[in-house]
Amino acid sequence: MLAVNNVYKTFNSGTVNEKTALNNISLHLGAGEFVTLIGGNGSGKSTLLNCIAGVHAVDKGSIIIDGVDVTRQPEHVRAKDLGRVFQDPMLGTAADMQIEENLALAYRRGKRRSLRWGITAKERRFYRDLLGTLELGLEDRLSLKVGMLSGGQRQALALLMATLKEPKLLLLDEHTAALDPKTAVKVLEITEKIVMENKLTTLMVTHNMRDAIRYGNRLIMMHEGRILLDIEGEAKKKLTVEELLSRFGQASSGEEFTQDSVLLS
Amino acid sequence: MLQMIMSAVMLGLIWSVMTIGVYITFRILGIADLTVEGSIAMGGAIAAQAIYSGSDPYWAAFLAILGGMAAGLATGILHTKLKIPALLSGILTMIALYSINLRILGKANLSLLRMNTVFSPFKEMSFIQNKAFAGWGISHFMGVIIPAALCVLGIIILLYWFFGTEIGSAIRATGNNSQMARAQGINTNNMIMLGLIISNGLVALSGALIAQQQGFADIQMGIGSIVIGLASLIIGEVLFGKRGFFSRLLSLVLGAITYRIIIAFVLDRGMSPNDLKLFTALTVAFALSLPVIKSSVQQLVKGIREGR
Ligand SMILES: Nc1ncnc2c1ncn2[C@@H]1O[C@H](COP(=O)(O)OP(=O)(O)OP(=O)(O)O)[C@@H](O)[C@H]1O
Ligand SMILES: [Mg+2]
Repeated sequence: MLAVNNVYKTFNSGTVNEKTALNNISLHLGAGEFVTLIGGNGSGKSTLLNCIAGVHAVDKGSIIIDGVDVTRQPEHVRAKDLGRVFQDPMLGTAADMQIEENLALAYRRGKRRSLRWGITAKERRFYRDLLGTLELGLEDRLSLKVGMLSGGQRQALALLMATLKEPKLLLLDEHTAALDPKTAVKVLEITEKIVMENKLTTLMVTHNMRDAIRYGNRLIMMHEGRILLDIEGEAKKKLTVEELLSRFGQASSGEEFTQDSVLLS
Repeated sequence: MLQMIMSAVMLGLIWSVMTIGVYITFRILGIADLTVEGSIAMGGAIAAQAIYSGSDPYWAAFLAILGGMAAGLATGILHTKLKIPALLSGILTMIALYSINLRILGKANLSLLRMNTVFSPFKEMSFIQNKAFAGWGISHFMGVIIPAALCVLGIIILLYWFFGTEIGSAIRATGNNSQMARAQGINTNNMIMLGLIISNGLVALSGALIAQQQGFADIQMGIGSIVIGLASLIIGEVLFGKRGFFSRLLSLVLGAITYRIIIAFVLDRGMSPNDLKLFTALTVAFALSLPVIKSSVQQLVKGIREGR
């Protein structure tokens, strides 16, 4: 479903701030795979997702989504195949617009927007049912401004928006990192439910090793712009945090590895 | 007194068209667009020149709208395609328009004395020439107020509809959160351009109406207009609330009228017309800093309560 081929991305190249964020990354995701992506701060996880989504142009390499080379496509064009949820709850939704207006925008992702009315009565009923499945009490507050919602509610809504029109690839960038632990669990459960029910191909960045092990059927670890570990199937199921840490230690070639407090949360 | 208020209502209605234009860029898109200073004068210049050369006044107003839209497009291209910051893009277009407007006018000032304007047919209507209006000495004002009010109402209804459509919603989403908009497949560059085009079309229409009402177009007529627009917008928001989109649009009109009444009042109290722009600028600065002032006052009160 997704093929990332030998992608390089360097920020501020030619200056003292030059930073190679992606260093020859190749990654293939089959249809329906649910991949968790971990790695330390600055290892390039967000950059990888942003390159897939077209926020950044890649320096070298290609990105193929469902057989179509999208390397040169602008962000809003690629968006038709992608569902995205960001770390910051503020970023995924339009705060000054109503819940139903946000959903209606998402419902039209990839469609040509016209001078038809922005939302229909039929859609409204559909949204009400859909919000009901979140069990957050949002189904009766369709015309509430999204800015009034809590971070967790906003992320749950963003998740619905990302999957309302079934995406070929769902990109989640630490979408629970800004939430309190209880809400984070709730949003992760909603995530898993949506992904499983729709068999979505998913790439989920997380800082939490336990979550990375618990969710999904494949785990990828990045370090300094490269993919260090790629574990799937039975091996992934049996994985423990300790084993992950020690394998990270070996793979990052003897680099001194203290138990990174960020990685192990 | 009645005449003073009627005059303020008249000017407020005509200028509210530009206030609505400013609202689209400043509040919906979140851009302070200085193009308006040029496009309001351009609207006046195009309309005056067209009428002077014998065109129908309504056709002249239509041409003015097209001119304003082109100005908005220019700023839009500078900003979205050439990646020049919005503020600077607006300034560049505004400066360029000064020369263009001079070319359109042919000189710094063009009089429309004794020419037909969009208001002429209304001024001659027997309904407006009736005894009551004539007795109060406001027939002249009513001849502008009634058509201007109809025009503004039409614009409000049209915009209310437009910003509820799929494209209109996409423009609002772009202004609210452009990253989210792009993630939902919205071409944010095009939406920003569209917003600038609509905004400046309205501003130019306002300029065309101003020129026809006052009977001349002047190369200077745009100077300070952005601040007048912002002042009207903020007065409208503060006094008449911001619930619902329709009432927001209405509040802009009421704000523009209130602004004119305030100005008429301070002038009546003996303020020099030369100080008007300073007064308006200070009003806007004060209104825009209200949130900061509020919170520091709250801090102060809290501090005093806690005995610090
Ligand atoms: N827009 C940018 N401009 C310049 N440098 C950037 C930009 N985005 C990322 N970088 C740099 O690229 C590197 C990788 O950043 P990235 O955000 O992809 O890391 P990450 O793995 O998502 O980290 P985190 O876990 O902290 O979110 C970092 O060194 C970062 O400073
Ligand atoms: Mg990141």
